[in-house]
Amino acid sequence: MAMLSFERKYRVRGGTLLGGDLFDFWVGPFYVGFFGVIGGFFTLLGTALIIWGAAIGPTWNIWQINIAPPNLSYGLGFAPLAHGGLWQIITICAVGSFGSWALREVEISRKLGIGLHVPAAFSVAIFAYVTLEVIRPLLMGAWGVGFPYGIMSHLDWVSNTGYSYINFEYNPMHMVAVTLFFTTTFALALHGSLVLAAINPANGEVVKFTEHEDTFFRDFIGYSIGTLGIHRLGLFLALGAGFASAACILISGPFWTQGWPAWWGWWLHLPIWQFGGH
Amino acid sequence: MRVTIPLVALIGGLALATVAVLTLQRPPVHVEQDGYRGTGIQLISSPAATAAAFALNQAPAVLPQNNAGPPAGSIYKNVQVLKNVPAGAFARIMVSMTQWVAPKQGCGYCHVSGNFASDAKYTKRVARRMIQMTIYTNAVWKSHVKNVGVTCYTCHRGNNNPQYVWFKAVEPPHATGLMATETGEARPSLAADGSALPYDPFTPFLVGKPKGGVNAMINTAGTTALPDGNRMSIQQTNWTYALMMNFATSLGVNCEFCHESRNFGSWSESTPKRVTAYYGLHMVRALNNNYMVPLTGTFAHDLLGPSGDVAKIDCSTCHQGVSKPLYGAPMAKAFPYLQGPATLADASPTSAAASGEANPAMITMTNAPAAAAPASATPAPAPAGQTGK
Repeated sequence: MAMLSFERKYRVRGGTLLGGDLFDFWVGPFYVGFFGVIGGFFTLLGTALIIWGAAIGPTWNIWQINIAPPNLSYGLGFAPLAHGGLWQIITICAVGSFGSWALREVEISRKLGIGLHVPAAFSVAIFAYVTLEVIRPLLMGAWGVGFPYGIMSHLDWVSNTGYSYINFEYNPMHMVAVTLFFTTTFALALHGSLVLAAINPANGEVVKFTEHEDTFFRDFIGYSIGTLGIHRLGLFLALGAGFASAACILISGPFWTQGWPAWWGWWLHLPIWQFGGH
Repeated sequence: MRVTIPLVALIGGLALATVAVLTLQRPPVHVEQDGYRGTGIQLISSPAATAAAFALNQAPAVLPQNNAGPPAGSIYKNVQVLKNVPAGAFARIMVSMTQWVAPKQGCGYCHVSGNFASDAKYTKRVARRMIQMTIYTNAVWKSHVKNVGVTCYTCHRGNNNPQYVWFKAVEPPHATGLMATETGEARPSLAADGSALPYDPFTPFLVGKPKGGVNAMINTAGTTALPDGNRMSIQQTNWTYALMMNFATSLGVNCEFCHESRNFGSWSESTPKRVTAYYGLHMVRALNNNYMVPLTGTFAHDLLGPSGDVAKIDCSTCHQGVSKPLYGAPMAKAFPYLQGPATLADASPTSAAASGEANPAMITMTNAPAAAAPASATPAPAPAGQTGK
């Protein structure tokens, strides 16, 4: 693949975490590194095992392929491959490849001398996955509480797991997560529309920059968070949404076994309501 | 002191952690699989809560069987329901009822001292109807109560009045007409797990005879992918949801105990327990309509609800937080004469057990404190009448 003229100067040696110079090379546009090799291994193995799972399953229908975790009776032990063992190995592969991907991002960041914001952000997504498939099963004592690998089947799991707690919308961290997800899209829409408005002027007009953008929001709501700030806010909202999602499923089961509406009993019994004339 | 982001985050985090520590539970938890692996069809419980429920839901010791003596109706006056029951079994039922319903007050809770035949006390008139209701439940609603059956204790648990009953909700003062705001929901609903769903999901579904039938009112989900003639509203769905949440919390279970949440209405995807629950719903309606509501004028006024209605039954009246009342202890089996009219008719006055042998239980019923009866009652081998079912 062709390389852009300025690209070569960013291809610097070093910055690796493991493997020294051994894997410090590029394949086409892609930096490899030790974690690229490991990540590739886990990705290929995991994908192959998913295909194997589909092959020994009842269908090749892409929507219905389902590789489920073991029965609860296996607890935290290993299960036979066809009875959830595949799911266990695929989960190991997934954690391995996601983790390698994040560490490869770290190596690239180190080469470039930039901050670790990107791998940190990706780590929150990995944390959400690990919470669902590793931490929560560990706390509940069985791999069988993890979600299955399949397009429809994992949706069924989400639905049933939600209704295990009678009404999941009363899960306080679920509320926080939903709020942050909506706010993320709201902030992105405000930011995207503002940038497009500034740099796509009418015919004959000049392109506008930061001053105009800030002024728009100062006129509009009295405050502009600024060009750097909007990206900080966006990152905070998005990571907060992912983190709260992980927290909301982590507390469902290990830390709460009843319906989520019942959790609000403490709020209904606060001694503040007597002042309202009740 | 300057308000910085780390400071705000620290205070917020501490507040969150405090609420979490004070309100949440701790592992370990117990998970029970109830479907194919990976479907999430699981019952989750905390061992501490299960142990507490287990302690609260133990069946009491049952008095030894005693089916001796002539038919109760031939030696006692004014026996209307259990008149064909051998006097020994009759006394056993009476003593058991005292333990189940009025352990503190004793016989005098229902009977006039010195004249046990008298119907002067309303409690006796109610109790007679309750015996009929128990027999009706065990005989006619086997589809729901199965071989576990019910006795007075299933609901009463040693209390004069069952702890878990419901009354028609009284709406708070509110505007009407175009300014109406009261929709029966958006207040803490004790019936629906403390949520903001309708606070009285009982009245529409568990009593009366709604036009079109109660099944049609509950089935709010459409059966077609596109909105095709289903006029059910979100509000109606909320009423069903509230009723179903009450079912679930009354039994200490979750939605998947009966349903596959992919399609709540589909019988073929539901668990067999949904069938039992279906009969339970209609059993409760029958008990409320045929037994509780007609007793409204019989009860003492202060036992009626805020709108003057009688106490009524829902799932929790018997279940009291566990999926099988008293963890499925087959209490009714020990009381064959409470199991159905058939056994009452079969209790032949000429059977061996009724042939006039000494019947201490009968004597103690009239001459001694009730508590003395069980000790002196002789356990009799099961007579022919008992196996009449």
